[in-house]
Amino acid sequence: MHFARVIGTVVATEKVRSWRGSRILLLAPCDSTGTVTGARPLAAIDLVSAAPGQLVFYVRGREAAVALENPENPADAAIVGLVDHVREAPGAMR
Amino acid sequence: MFLATVVGEVVATIKHPHLRAQRLLLVQPEPTPGRPQAASVIAVDTVDAGIGDRVLVADEGNTAAQVLRMPRGPVRTVIVGVVDETDTTRPS
Repeated sequence: MHFARVIGTVVATEKVRSWRGSRILLLAPCDSTGTVTGARPLAAIDLVSAAPGQLVFYVRGREAAVALENPENPADAAIVGLVDHVREAPGAMR
Repeated sequence: MFLATVVGEVVATIKHPHLRAQRLLLVQPEPTPGRPQAASVIAVDTVDAGIGDRVLVADEGNTAAQVLRMPRGPVRTVIVGVVDETDTTRPS
């Protein structure tokens, strides 16, 4: 699982049937402090009612699809948690 | 699987039901000479690892399901061992 900052919402009325009722958010991958890394932003299915600006963690690949109620869907990224805080060892590299 | 060091603990109250009661640790993959440092990832702890421990991390969905004794869910990265030591013999 990886950290990301929610940077926006995606509105798509017409979408694959298995995503109906799901929210899609735009994520900027970041490190544990919330500093955006510069990696390409991605669209992810929101499973935890995240809001723009929040620090979240997400899964990629097949694990994203099986996170949804019906695993037969084409999701390749899903937000699975809201970060309260990260307790880091002093001197840890990022 | 890869070797990593536990560098932190992630606290998240709101998370996918599959992750409920799981301890989430931040692991930093060990550097490979000549390559940029890989980013730290969040892993589910199954061996009671602690910050500073050198650990063995599996990064595959089916492995995670088996280790957690759960059906497949949104977990791919799990800590499956605490490393006592490694011994590398470099070809000369």
